[in-house]
Amino acid sequence: MIEGTANQNPRYTKYHPKWHRAKIPIFWWIHKLPHIRFIARELTSVAVALYACILLFQILAVADGPEAYARFLAWLKTPFSVFLHAVAFLFVLFHSITWFNLAPKALVVSLGNKRVPPVAIVALNYAAWLILSLAISWILLK
Amino acid sequence: MKKSIEPFWWGLFGAGGTCAAFFIPVLLFLNGLAIPLGWIDAPAFEHVSNLVTHPLTRLFLFVVISLSFFHWAHRFRFTLYDGLQLKHLNLLIAVLTYGSAIVGTLIAAFTLWNI
Amino acid sequence: MAEGDHAEAQIELEVFRFRPDDHPEPHFDRYQVPSRHDWVVLDALNHVKNEVDATLSFRWSCRMGVCGSCGMMVNGKPVLTCATFLEKFLPGPIRVEPLDNFPVVRDLIIEMNDFMRKLQMVKPWIIRKQEKPLAEGEYLQTPAQLAEYKQYSMCINCMICYAACPVYGLEPAFIGPAAIALAQRYNLDNRDQGKTERLRILSQEEGIWACTLVEECSAVCPKGVDPAGAIQRYKVTGATEWWKSILMPRSNG
Repeated sequence: MIEGTANQNPRYTKYHPKWHRAKIPIFWWIHKLPHIRFIARELTSVAVALYACILLFQILAVADGPEAYARFLAWLKTPFSVFLHAVAFLFVLFHSITWFNLAPKALVVSLGNKRVPPVAIVALNYAAWLILSLAISWILLK
Repeated sequence: MKKSIEPFWWGLFGAGGTCAAFFIPVLLFLNGLAIPLGWIDAPAFEHVSNLVTHPLTRLFLFVVISLSFFHWAHRFRFTLYDGLQLKHLNLLIAVLTYGSAIVGTLIAAFTLWNI
Repeated sequence: MAEGDHAEAQIELEVFRFRPDDHPEPHFDRYQVPSRHDWVVLDALNHVKNEVDATLSFRWSCRMGVCGSCGMMVNGKPVLTCATFLEKFLPGPIRVEPLDNFPVVRDLIIEMNDFMRKLQMVKPWIIRKQEKPLAEGEYLQTPAQLAEYKQYSMCINCMICYAACPVYGLEPAFIGPAAIALAQRYNLDNRDQGKTERLRILSQEEGIWACTLVEECSAVCPKGVDPAGAIQRYKVTGATEWWKSILMPRSNG
């Protein structure tokens, strides 16, 4: 019982049976666009984990030698693999974009007395993304 | 008030999401699309092998793969709670999600240690 | 009020009615109201109550967007009815329902004790370990210190963010956007010394950790409080404090 609230009334029942409570449907998230975007964003985690698995298989193939690696590369060329990677790529891009756009909400930085504007934090994230991607491309392909 | 372990899982989710956001798109694009579709020449096996066996690369790959699994585990757990209203199965879901992330991490560690 | 010779334009309101003493199930009543250029939904509801159906029940007070009383669902969106113009919905009809995610007591009136309880749980007041005696004067605060928390102080407790939050609808133990934003309003206030006390309450499992950053709360807030941002910042604080408590345990917690 918190002091000063209506709960102090001895005749007050916490769960009054006459109240109307609407039940939330299981698929509440298909009715509004912001909710659909939210669930799509949450499902990007599946694409992330899926690619982490594929990467692990690729490493295992490298460990098993040139023939195993060649077989893995051949699998990567199959239509199924290309389709899977294309869909996963879209989801992973969506993850990165939504993640960087939300960075200023978590990272509130002040330099001296002034707050760093959120757009600067977002821009720094995208810049880092570009630089790191180029670095990895160079290391892998040189 | 019982102290919750949620901040720990959320921290892994955040670290994993950040790693995944920075590194997975380029890795997926090159390895999964550009090279198989012939837009870029596949690097020679020796180059890939030398790269992967390098201790820094092994550490990098371990961190990216493991944190990606934990990112998925935490996020997917809440997607099941809210998206399919399965919160009454919360213990089972927690064990399956974090458990498989732990298993995946162990497999990645074992693989990259012995490569 | 004298009008011109032309018949006044009308717009239809479809209003959620629930009278548990008459019937256990809700229904919708339809009312034709004048569609005036400067009328908001609250004006239309008051017209209904004054001229058409005195049994319609709803909360309202200041009619200028500062008291937070008149939150309702209008065409599926949670809004302040005193700030929502009828013209926006021409030709109508306009569907008016009580705020989502709360039990309905009667018509458009929701049961809000859960929110009041949670609001008090986060101790939304200045907590001092030691009060300064009056003779020493006020607690001073620079404009920069005010800016740290000012946005979160704009909350008018209208509960529209709770109506928009799917997690609050699904998990009744979730403390919710406004309460967490108000906790932050005090955590970030340089005069407050209650961070640790609030941390205990907020870091429970359903305290803040049920939040999955849907961000609908910030999208619908009529005062631009950005509770989603407050929660996200607090997650970082909560995680940091968790690691600190593991790595550097303090006996006085």
